[in-house]
Amino acid sequence: MKKFLGFVKKEFYHIFRDPRTLLVLFGIPIAQVLIFGYVVTTEIKNIRIAILDQSKDDVTREITQKIISSGYFELQQNLESSEYFEDIFKTGDVKEIIVFEPDFAKKLGKNETAKMQLIADASDANTANLIVNYTSAIIGDYVQKENKLLNIPMQIKPVVRMVFNEKLKSVYMFVPGTMALILMLVSAMMTSISIAREKEMGTMEILLVSPLKPAQIIIGKVIPYVSLAFINAITIIALGYFVFGMPINGSLTLLMAESLLFICLALSLGILISTIANTQQMAMFISLFALMLPTILLSGFIFPIENMPVILQGISYLMPPKYFIIIIKNIMLKGTGFIFVWKETLILMAMMMVFIGLSVKNFKIRLQ
Amino acid sequence: MTDKPIIKVVNLVKKFGNFVANDHLNFNVYEGEIFGFLGANGAGKTTAIRILCGLSHPTSGELEVAGFDVYKQSEQIKKNIGYMSQKFSLYENLTLRENIRFYAGIYGLSKKEINIRMDNLLENLHIGHLRDQLIGSLPLGWKQKLAFSVAIFHQPKIVFLDEPTGGVDPITRRQFWDMIYQAAKDGITIFVTTHYMDEAEYCDRVSIMVDGRIEALDSPAGLKQHYHAENMDEVFLKLARAS
Amino acid sequence: MRTIGYIIQKEFIQIFRDKTMLPIIIIMPFVQLIVLVYAATFEMKQIDMVVVDQDLSTTSRQLISKFQGSPFFVLEGNTFSMDEAEDMIKSDKADIVMVIPNDFQKKLMSGETSAIQLIVNAINATAAGLTNAYSSYVIADFNKNILTENINFIQPIQTRSIDVSYSYWYNPELNYKIYMLPGILVILVTIIGAFLAALNIVREKEMGTIEQINVTPIQKYQFITGKLLPFWIIAMAEFAFGLTLGKLLFDIPIVGNLGLLFGFAGVYLLVALSLGLLISTMASNQQQVMFIMFFFLLTFILMSGIFTPVESMPDWAQKVNIINPFAYFMRVIRMVLLKGSGFSDISYEFYSLLIYASLIFSLAVWRYRKTA
Repeated sequence: MKKFLGFVKKEFYHIFRDPRTLLVLFGIPIAQVLIFGYVVTTEIKNIRIAILDQSKDDVTREITQKIISSGYFELQQNLESSEYFEDIFKTGDVKEIIVFEPDFAKKLGKNETAKMQLIADASDANTANLIVNYTSAIIGDYVQKENKLLNIPMQIKPVVRMVFNEKLKSVYMFVPGTMALILMLVSAMMTSISIAREKEMGTMEILLVSPLKPAQIIIGKVIPYVSLAFINAITIIALGYFVFGMPINGSLTLLMAESLLFICLALSLGILISTIANTQQMAMFISLFALMLPTILLSGFIFPIENMPVILQGISYLMPPKYFIIIIKNIMLKGTGFIFVWKETLILMAMMMVFIGLSVKNFKIRLQ
Repeated sequence: MTDKPIIKVVNLVKKFGNFVANDHLNFNVYEGEIFGFLGANGAGKTTAIRILCGLSHPTSGELEVAGFDVYKQSEQIKKNIGYMSQKFSLYENLTLRENIRFYAGIYGLSKKEINIRMDNLLENLHIGHLRDQLIGSLPLGWKQKLAFSVAIFHQPKIVFLDEPTGGVDPITRRQFWDMIYQAAKDGITIFVTTHYMDEAEYCDRVSIMVDGRIEALDSPAGLKQHYHAENMDEVFLKLARAS
Repeated sequence: MRTIGYIIQKEFIQIFRDKTMLPIIIIMPFVQLIVLVYAATFEMKQIDMVVVDQDLSTTSRQLISKFQGSPFFVLEGNTFSMDEAEDMIKSDKADIVMVIPNDFQKKLMSGETSAIQLIVNAINATAAGLTNAYSSYVIADFNKNILTENINFIQPIQTRSIDVSYSYWYNPELNYKIYMLPGILVILVTIIGAFLAALNIVREKEMGTIEQINVTPIQKYQFITGKLLPFWIIAMAEFAFGLTLGKLLFDIPIVGNLGLLFGFAGVYLLVALSLGLLISTMASNQQQVMFIMFFFLLTFILMSGIFTPVESMPDWAQKVNIINPFAYFMRVIRMVLLKGSGFSDISYEFYSLLIYASLIFSLAVWRYRKTA
């Protein structure tokens, strides 16, 4: 036991000795949360538009004003003809061109239908879809208000309540996602690399002939990363709570316990990778490819899983971060207890067992 | 061996923080000699050799290697020296031929020259069959010999060998020294560090370092006489005890 | 020049000899490219709806079937209990709950305004926004129908309407894959190139082989160039292969000039790989390199606008993007491929990256020390 403690100490020392590594390890989560909170929002803001107003009357001016003051859009230029549309899109700044037909107000007043055209640069399909939706909503809103003045009967008025996130902050999505991403990468990548390093340097063999048992060696290597990842988890939750006002409606203890479970799962995945990889390079590439993009894309972090093709939805069931994100959202935002997340918790535990089992199997094969 | 110094070292000092690794070293190495640089582990041998090769900057002192100033002309020096480090430094995942081609290529040898010299080398060492073997698959003794061959492949004026025989068996060590003699015969000055005292007997002159200082410098015979010792081992022990 | 050639030759031999690394750097990225491109969509295909119909009238049933007829909404269930409905949102079985009050039909038919309640799960703000927009369309449409059906009973009224027509240029079917593929390709190519280059030098440091090179008269720029070019060639080859895959499997449009695109990609990769080399000249072991690279990479990728529009980012973030090579390439590759932008449209980005490349490359050469 004393030898074991000495070994753990050595591992701690190895990580905490290098200030650059430390800076990165503690800096990553902070930087990522801030970036997601402030920078990478899926909210539409300040999208540059151009307007071709062939009517130039009070109504078109009012609608233009409404569109610009919504905060979603920013008027880049007023156009005089449709000749340069192509050039405008090609230089890349303007994402949408709004066209009012001539005599717009006159037609609207005369009970005819006035025509508008929205031309979006749909090379970015996701954004184009949002922009057009937002613009039409603003126009629809204008029409409705005008019509209300006319007192039309039989109106259905939807009263919308946004639950769990009244202000529609996108950071509510990103805090759980970032947490899954960071814990996954830090834990799995670091353990796999650090074990592969011992193999590459030939020091693993020295450890294996020492009186320490293989399991002790692995646990000893992993313990420092558990604590490191746990500190990261707390940092992320604290940032979400204090900086971005993300609520913690459920039990904090449960949240911590689930985070710890996920960290252990990520570590066991890291150990599994290290049984396959012989060099640090290989461990890193496997971790990076197998974990980074899939965690960002297939876990429901940024893009909702329900929208994906069926095959990808199937693959997403194999992604541990998916379950962790569901668990965090449930606890933090919905304030639900263990009864709502026991299934996900069980799945994570089962996955962890499988990873550990596979690692042990690989390790035994290597020794033979 | 001539009387022309090819390495001149005057008052070489190298400090790492407060630690003095080389404390006012003074010595000359003459063209064509085998110069042994002895000392216990940590005595400052590797530090000095790295400075002479231009891998590390001296703190102070005047140094000249192959007629060039260590401070200002280190790249000129590099054209004229070979170096074999303590750590094995051929690429394990390249074959013998690929390793040679790479290093010789960097030294600017032409393709034709590389091929001629490589054929000679393989023939002299009777290792034509190892030509396309990965270096990593060879036994340590062979690796060391090949590392030496690569270090002198571009026919430098001086070759620096840092503990070249660490960890190999006595027979291989003997063979290794045969190669060193051959190189010296071909006119290459040999600067070799070691902590095997029996190897010191093979050198023309030996300097013995203790704690960063050169405590003795003479031919092996001269040293044994001076310290009334039977062999170099005794010389060394007497010096070490004295400090 | 010949010296550089010898380094390149040696690197290629080492890369292709390592049979375990080859599949990782060649196959894995493309599997990811093909699979992950499908994932990156905000497009709503299915919105799960639960209805609490307290009215049970003809009109309320009509409204519900109107929703069922819409391609977006799927009726997950009916319930009379509000608690049960909210539980379904909590357990993610429903995205939206529609509550129709018991006086819905009565109020409408007497010409009054009738309110219905929509409860939207808003954890994903974007999805919630779209869910709200789609349900408003359905309701507004339904409202129009009712008005026309019952037009006899009420006095004809002149309503004002604006007809909004849309056109989606460059991508009329709103195929998000053709936008995402170039973006993901950029990430993969950069990871491969920059990491391989960065790990290479520091690996030679760890193994001790770099000393043997440092005692040779090799020039610093020769060494750095020799270390850069092999990975540049590999990255360019993977870029070309990825584009081919995109063309064959996803039919991504290649509107612009391919030569221009490859020219730009070449300059971009110079920046990315030089950054990798710069980091590796400063680090002493592979672990450090990986963490520092990883940190920059993740930050740069997310800020580059690959998933979300750069315009929506705050001003300071857009300023930070001046030093983000990803941001330049992410923008340009999409402009050239999808919109056919020409050199004059991307000249600013091109020259910026060119200056950037020479700066970082010189810095890497300067920082590389032949002495320890």
